[in-house]
Amino acid sequence: MLLIHCPYCEEERPELEFRHAGEAHIARPENIAEISDEAFQRYFFIRANPKGVTFERWRHIHGCGRFFNAARDTVSDRFLMTYKAGEPKPDLGEAGGNQ
Amino acid sequence: MTQPFRLPTAGRLDAAGTVSFIFDGKPHTGLAGDTLASALLANGVHLVGRSFKYHRPRGILSAGAEEPNALVGIHRDPARKTPNVRATVQELYDGLAAVSQNRWPSLAFDVGALNDLGAPFFSAGFYYKTFMWPRAAWERLYEPVIRRAAGLGTAPDQPDPDRYSNRFAHCDVLVVGGGAAGLAAALAASEAGARVILADEQAEPGGSLRFEAGAVIDGMPGWEWAQRTAAQLAARDNVRLLTRTTGFGYYAQNMLGLVERLTDHLAAPHPEAPRERLWQVRAKRVVLATGAIERHMVFPDNDRPGIMLASAARTYLNHFGVAVGRRVAVYTADDSAYAAAIDLKKKGVEIAALVDLRPAPQGAHVEEARGLGIEVLAGHAVTGTEGRLRVRRIDVAPVNGGAPRQIEVDALVTSSGWTPAVHLFSQSRGKLAFNEATQRFLPGQYVQDAVSVGAGNGTTGLGEAVAEALQAGEKAAKEAGVSKARAKVPNLEAGSTERWSSGMAGAAPGAEAGKKAMAFVDFQNDVTAKDIRQAVQEGMRSIEHVKRFTTTGMATDQGKTSNLHALTIASEMLGKPIPEVGLTTFRPPYTPVTFGALVGHGRGALFEPTRRTPIHTWAEAHGAVFEDVGQWKRAWYFPSGGEDMHAAVARECRTVRQSAGIFDASTLGKIEVVGPDAARFMELMYTNPWQKLAVGRCRYGIMLREDGFIYDDGVVGRLAEDRFHVTTTTGGAPRVLHHMEDYLQTEFPDLKVWLTSTSEQWATIAVQGPKSRDIVAPLVEDIDLSDEAMPHMSVREGRVCGVPARLFRISFTGERGFEINVPADYGLSVWEAVWAEGGKHGACAYGTETMHVLRAEKGFIIVGQDTDGTVTPDDAGLGWAIGRKKKDFVGIRGLKRPDLTAPGRRQLVGLKTSDPKTVLEEGAQIVADPNQPVPMKMIGFVTSSYWSENCGRSIALALVENGSHRMGERLHVPMPDGAVEVEVVPTVFFDEKGERTNG
Amino acid sequence: MAETARRMSALEGRAYEGSGIALTPTAPASRLSLRAPEASLSALSKALGLTLPRKPKTTAADGGRAALWLGPDEWLIIDEKGADLAALCAKVSALHSAVDISHRNTAVLVAGARAEDVLGAGCPQDLSPARFPVGAASRTVFGKAEIVLWRTGEEAFRIECWRSFSDYVFSLLEKAAREA
Repeated sequence: MLLIHCPYCEEERPELEFRHAGEAHIARPENIAEISDEAFQRYFFIRANPKGVTFERWRHIHGCGRFFNAARDTVSDRFLMTYKAGEPKPDLGEAGGNQ
Repeated sequence: MTQPFRLPTAGRLDAAGTVSFIFDGKPHTGLAGDTLASALLANGVHLVGRSFKYHRPRGILSAGAEEPNALVGIHRDPARKTPNVRATVQELYDGLAAVSQNRWPSLAFDVGALNDLGAPFFSAGFYYKTFMWPRAAWERLYEPVIRRAAGLGTAPDQPDPDRYSNRFAHCDVLVVGGGAAGLAAALAASEAGARVILADEQAEPGGSLRFEAGAVIDGMPGWEWAQRTAAQLAARDNVRLLTRTTGFGYYAQNMLGLVERLTDHLAAPHPEAPRERLWQVRAKRVVLATGAIERHMVFPDNDRPGIMLASAARTYLNHFGVAVGRRVAVYTADDSAYAAAIDLKKKGVEIAALVDLRPAPQGAHVEEARGLGIEVLAGHAVTGTEGRLRVRRIDVAPVNGGAPRQIEVDALVTSSGWTPAVHLFSQSRGKLAFNEATQRFLPGQYVQDAVSVGAGNGTTGLGEAVAEALQAGEKAAKEAGVSKARAKVPNLEAGSTERWSSGMAGAAPGAEAGKKAMAFVDFQNDVTAKDIRQAVQEGMRSIEHVKRFTTTGMATDQGKTSNLHALTIASEMLGKPIPEVGLTTFRPPYTPVTFGALVGHGRGALFEPTRRTPIHTWAEAHGAVFEDVGQWKRAWYFPSGGEDMHAAVARECRTVRQSAGIFDASTLGKIEVVGPDAARFMELMYTNPWQKLAVGRCRYGIMLREDGFIYDDGVVGRLAEDRFHVTTTTGGAPRVLHHMEDYLQTEFPDLKVWLTSTSEQWATIAVQGPKSRDIVAPLVEDIDLSDEAMPHMSVREGRVCGVPARLFRISFTGERGFEINVPADYGLSVWEAVWAEGGKHGACAYGTETMHVLRAEKGFIIVGQDTDGTVTPDDAGLGWAIGRKKKDFVGIRGLKRPDLTAPGRRQLVGLKTSDPKTVLEEGAQIVADPNQPVPMKMIGFVTSSYWSENCGRSIALALVENGSHRMGERLHVPMPDGAVEVEVVPTVFFDEKGERTNG
Repeated sequence: MAETARRMSALEGRAYEGSGIALTPTAPASRLSLRAPEASLSALSKALGLTLPRKPKTTAADGGRAALWLGPDEWLIIDEKGADLAALCAKVSALHSAVDISHRNTAVLVAGARAEDVLGAGCPQDLSPARFPVGAASRTVFGKAEIVLWRTGEEAFRIECWRSFSDYVFSLLEKAAREA
């Protein structure tokens, strides 16, 4: 069981309180009704699923209830950082190396 | 004479504590504090099992958790039969009954031993090669026979009556292993103020001090120090000492799994006491003090009962007071086994010979052995053994050639050195490093916040190990953020006359390449040195392949005594150094863990929450049959006067439409949407328009996923400009709220609106039928129930039975209907009042089955039954619920996808069977032509199907390709006893004009 | 006119007392799920008569009324005397959402020297006084149920859970309590 730092609760909490919520930084297009089939496909269906550093959403569903973002290494399963929803994608520099 | 091998002058057990037990039906006695193994040995019983493949007689190899051979069944009662229990771990209790395994008809005479005669046949990969063809025979013939002939114990065939427990625990420093090093680490860490958990797998901590007669710590014998220290630690507030507790798994972020055995050593456990407890420990720092495991010598016929590890013989002697034989030989390639000869000799056991493979062993231990009159045969090897059910003779020959000599013995103890127990370190993903000088794998690079100490870290001297552990314990406390100003970290003087050396791994003389000898590497899987070589010859290059081909290192002991031997032999064959051949992966669990321990409390009533409505007890008292809907128990139907389900549902359906019915709808999900932007948010979440919905009015809403498919539905009432009472399906409540929160928090965070689950705030009582208003009216205060004041699809707040209520005028039956929402604790009382009023009008209570039938008669869908995640509102005939002028809502773009707008999609239709008495099966497939060849083209399936009492016939809903254009068409539903003809009809079967909601 | 409805708690008649542990369902209380942005907090605090805590995992309690921080814009308000909390908030014009959940939740008091240990049977959080001091509160899980856990004393906790989960929560607590 992982420990996950909740940026709203400002501490690490057990994974049992959280729910994974897919890839992060995929904004719903503002004019979604008008976008092309290809744009909709990219928005809704296509995910990166990288080996290495991934940016993903979590929700502290059995805690403060907030969605937030995390940078996690899918190889080591380590969280590199977590940050509040709406904050820009961080530049991880070295840590986020081989993307 | 009982316990003839118990020595009155040796051991730590109390001779007065006699305990009776039974092995294979024969009564024996032992002493309190014995293990089953020590008690058997005290009675001269070495033969305890048959081997896995060849059914060779086997004895007790070790005195601990690494035991590969001595697996027995412990039978407490018919439901408590535990297979594959290591006799070396099982503590003796009065009345213990154990049986040997893998033999028939008896342990001494076993038919399966014929396999041994055919041994040249059963070499590595035998099963893979032999039973390949014909393929079908594998399942029918080969596998069942092989499974019966081979294998370990028999699984119990009754439900496990024992209790199991779970604890989450947190600490600064977790110390795994309570030997000298572990105790010292725990002492130092706790002295520094850290919260410490110390786990040790034995009943009493002490580790190898159990047998190391020469150990002295803090001026006292090692074992005495260990017991004092353990008591001292247990008394500290900041220490939790867990004995009989194995650290079996090392997981991410310093979480370890420990299993504590609480009752397996007791004759009569308290009925409420859990048998085992799983500890999930999160530690800031972990100290691994897991010790080392002695290896046996690999030489011809090294597996006879009576041949065991030297340290085991010392444990039985020095702790349990049991001599493993009367005339014992020692075969070793390292120094530590000398102490076995010396200890045994000092207690009066004859040492037939001390055979040392090394040409010129030197040191005080050699001198001491010789001084005691022990014949030390340096540069010699044991090249063979005799004795069918127990070793009785060994062949000893000089390594450099020379005449072999036969020596009569009744036990042979061996040692080829010690393997550090790096299992947990390796599980933590730490990288092992091969130490060339000592030829062993040691903890190398750490990945988690852990440190290894003592023998598990390759630190073999007692003084060094204790010093290292003290330092590590203090450091771990500091690193965990604990800093006690006046910590008194003890400075322990520790020393030992014990001698350790690196020993050897791999085959000894007589078992070299080219020899046909049965020289066992892995006792549990019957893998010999020859098998490993054969695997390499047949092309296995990786040790992982060698393992799978030969099964070496598998099963319950996971090769604790054998892995390094196997690796060494493979590396010799491959001509590659050991580190290049690599180790197999260490995976949890370190020793077997019961399913019970992993399940913990989560069984029976606690498997998952069972949710009941406030009205549940009433339904129960009125004979309801319940169905499970998610975690909820819902009243399914209310049989009365011996009715079956069909009769009860038919009566309930009739009664609702004739007078009225009362239904517990409390499980409906409810979400309160509050804030100035509530309507804007609703516009985005549902397909419908909401801005213009008047306060006090309701609307049926449809929620889509972004892909355009129906996700949920429900009636929504507007309580105020800025407040909506949203209902969801029973099963959908949590995911709908999650879905709404997701959009609110991450896509529309600027909206001023909040969501609160009120599913359980309100008990919901539906009153449906022509008499519903008459039933509700007397209970309602301050709400005008007239059609003018409160039309269909409206909501009012007021009081019902004197308590605050939200009253909805809605209908899921097509009848005039109300849904009374009252605060949940009042639900039962209000229900009873409604029931009393209903009685005056001939109303009935109805369950979910009737609810389903009545809504199907009206063509109302159930999301998840009539939809399957690929159904659009248009497919379901609900296109009217899409706000066509809306610029945005979740799913708006998905609905425009080419496939979703294409003609010919599956659409929801009604079906009428040509024979009105035939009720279709839900899920049945639909075809156009029943006479076409199979596989037929399926054009849809039945989603809902019932007997409709009110229609006097069967009715069904179905998703059918291009269904809305097939009205009147005849289709067919193929069933095992012939195709059923159906007609495609509209989805509304009853009151097509919808007049009854105001009737 | 109909008789006034009787109130029936979900844990009617349940209680357990053993060595070092007592499990006691609480009397009915009024509860409010309060949601509000930072700007509204002073007005709401004034209306409720206690300062809404702004720090995660903290509470404010006074005279039988308490506010538990559950999230950055979410508080659970509990009034053991049954005050109409929604009415108090209704007078506040500042932006907020107040939803009555008095009957949605029910509560169990877990008290005694073994309280931490018994909660450890299902709660994965570190409940040691250093990490979960008196006055700390948090939404979390207990076994397979979601709860709100509030430490009201050195050896006393209050568990709030949804009504229909209370049987499960109480049964699991009791099972763990009976182990000793």
